[in-house]
Amino acid sequence: MTDLSKLKISEARDALRKGDVTSVDLTEACLSAVDRAVTLGAVVHKTPEVAIGQAKSADDRIKAGDAPDLCGIPLGIKDLFCTKGVPSQAASAILNGFTPEYESTVSGKLFDAGAVMLGKLNMDEFAMGSSNETSTYGNAVNPWRRNGDDTALTPGGSSGGSAAAVAADLCLAATGTDTGGSIRQPAAFTGITGIKPTYGRCSRWGIVAFASSLDQAGPMTKDVRDAAIMLEAMCGHDPKDSTSADLPVPNFEAMLTGDIRGKTIGIPREYTMDGMPDEIAALWAEGRKMLEDAGAVVKDISLPHTKYALPAYYVIAPAEASSNLARYDGVRYGHRAKLSQGDGITEMYEKTRAEGFGPEVQRRVMVGTYVLSAGFYDAYYNRARKVRTLIKKDFEDVFAQGVDAILTPATPSAAFELGRKQDDPVQMYLNDVFTVTVNLAGLPGISVPVGLDTTGLPLGLQLIGRPWEEGDLLNTAYALERAAGFVAKPAQWW
Amino acid sequence: MSIDTETAARVAKLARIRVEDDALPALAQEFSNILGFIEQLNEVDVDGVEPMVSVEPMRLKRREDGVTDGGMQDKVLANAPDAREGFFAVPKVVE
Repeated sequence: MTDLSKLKISEARDALRKGDVTSVDLTEACLSAVDRAVTLGAVVHKTPEVAIGQAKSADDRIKAGDAPDLCGIPLGIKDLFCTKGVPSQAASAILNGFTPEYESTVSGKLFDAGAVMLGKLNMDEFAMGSSNETSTYGNAVNPWRRNGDDTALTPGGSSGGSAAAVAADLCLAATGTDTGGSIRQPAAFTGITGIKPTYGRCSRWGIVAFASSLDQAGPMTKDVRDAAIMLEAMCGHDPKDSTSADLPVPNFEAMLTGDIRGKTIGIPREYTMDGMPDEIAALWAEGRKMLEDAGAVVKDISLPHTKYALPAYYVIAPAEASSNLARYDGVRYGHRAKLSQGDGITEMYEKTRAEGFGPEVQRRVMVGTYVLSAGFYDAYYNRARKVRTLIKKDFEDVFAQGVDAILTPATPSAAFELGRKQDDPVQMYLNDVFTVTVNLAGLPGISVPVGLDTTGLPLGLQLIGRPWEEGDLLNTAYALERAAGFVAKPAQWW
Repeated sequence: MSIDTETAARVAKLARIRVEDDALPALAQEFSNILGFIEQLNEVDVDGVEPMVSVEPMRLKRREDGVTDGGMQDKVLANAPDAREGFFAVPKVVE
C-alpha cells in the first residue's frame, strides 16, 4: 500500500470517488511514509490520531456522495499555520509549547473540504530564510541528491519541509506561505509545483505573521492540476482578514485547457543576471521555445526597477517583521526567560526575546527597528515604499502593453549544500532575486519544474500573471508543464 | 553607512533583545553589511512617487461595529507562561 502516498490529488480524488481506495488507506500509507523519512526532517509534529479521525469522516462523506475535491486527501500543513489543539510554533523556540485554541482560516477551509492533516511541516523560523536552516527543529533535507554524491542539500526555504514532504511522497500535497519566494524557491529546488496567488486571495487570519503586506498562503503540489484544485479550496473572502478580497473564486481546474494560442508572454531582460549559470539561461531559453511552440507570442520586455526589488524587500519585510514580532514578549504565550532577582519587565522582554529568537530573526527584527527609528524612517522605509510603487508600475506597464504572463527562472541556481551560505546573510538573500518582485507587486506567481541540471537536480521556471488571474496563469503553467514533460523523482535513500 | 557598536546597542535596546557587550562589534558589522546592500536604493529617482500603502487598490471591506466574539477567558489564558486568578502575571511594573 505504500505506493498510495505517491498519488496526485487528482488521481486520489478519482480513486476515492470510484471506491477503489479509502481515505484511511491513503492516510495510513502516508503516515508510514512519514515514519520512514525521519532523516528528511520534513515533519516536525506528527498528528496520526487527528489524521485517522479525519480520514474516517472523509470516507463516510464520500460514501454519502457529494464530497468536495479534497475530501479524504492527506496533506501536510506548514508550521506557520495555527492548527487548533496541535503545536504551531513557526519553527521558533519562542513559541515552544504554543497550542492554539483556534484554527487558521486556510487550514480550516481545507479541513471543512474534508482534507486530512498528517502533521506540521518544517520551515525557516518565522518564515525568514531560504534554506530551512534557521528552524528550531533543525534542518529539513532535500530528497534530491546530486548524481553519485551523497552531500546533503537544502530543500530551499522557507517552506522547506513542505517541499521535501511533497517531493518525497510523504503526503499528496502541502500548504506553504510565500513572503519573498518561500513557496516558489523550495518548489523549484525539489522538482514540484508551487503557486503564490495574488495578495488578498487567501485569508492571512491564523497564519503567524511575518510581513503582512507581502505574506500569502498557497499550495505546494505534484503538478499544476493539483495546484489548481488545492488553491481553489484555500481561496476566498474572510471577514477576519480585511485585506482578503471579496471576489468570486473560479473553478481553476476547469480553466486548464492547455490552449495558450495567441497569449503574449513577456521575457524581462533585467532578469538576465551577471554570473547566471549557463544551465539556468539555457533552461529559460528552452521554456521560451516551449511556449512559442504551444502557440504563444513571446516578446522581450523591460522591468526597469528589478535590480532594486531585493534591497526594497530587505527594508520593508524586516520593518513589518519588527512590528509583527513585538507580540512575542513572554506574557501571553510561548517562552518566558527565567528571571534573576530584581529583574523587571524590561529584563523579562529582553531575555525572553534573546533566548527565544534565533540569530536570523534577531537580525531582521533589529534591522527593521533601525529602518523605522526616528531619523531613518524617511531615508529607508519611505524610500523603499516609493521604490515598491515603481516596481509595481513596471508590471502594470507591461500588462497594459498586452502581456498576459511573464516567464523567468525561478531561482538563480539548483539546490545548494546545507551550511554553504549560512554565514553571509546577503548571499542568502540573493536566492529570492527572481521571486521577490512578485510579492512586492502583489501578483500571482507559479514555479513549474522544467528540467534537470547536469548533476541531476531539478530546475524550475517561474510564470508571473496579472492580478486575480490565477486561472489563466495556471493554464499557461499547464501548457509549460505538458511541453516540459518533467516526470523525474528523487531516488529514495532515506 | 557604517554602524558603530553604540548604535547597535541602541537598536538592540529598542528591539528589546538582550545582546551581550562582546557580541556588539560583530552585530554592528552585520548591520553595516546589510545596510550597505540596502543603500542601492539611493540610486533610484523617487521624486514625486507616492509611497505604497496597499498593493491592490481595493477598498477594505467593512462590517457592522458590533461584538462578535468574547467570553473565553480560559482560552485566552491557556497558553500564558504565568496566569493567575484570570490574569496574565508579569514582574512588578510599578514601584
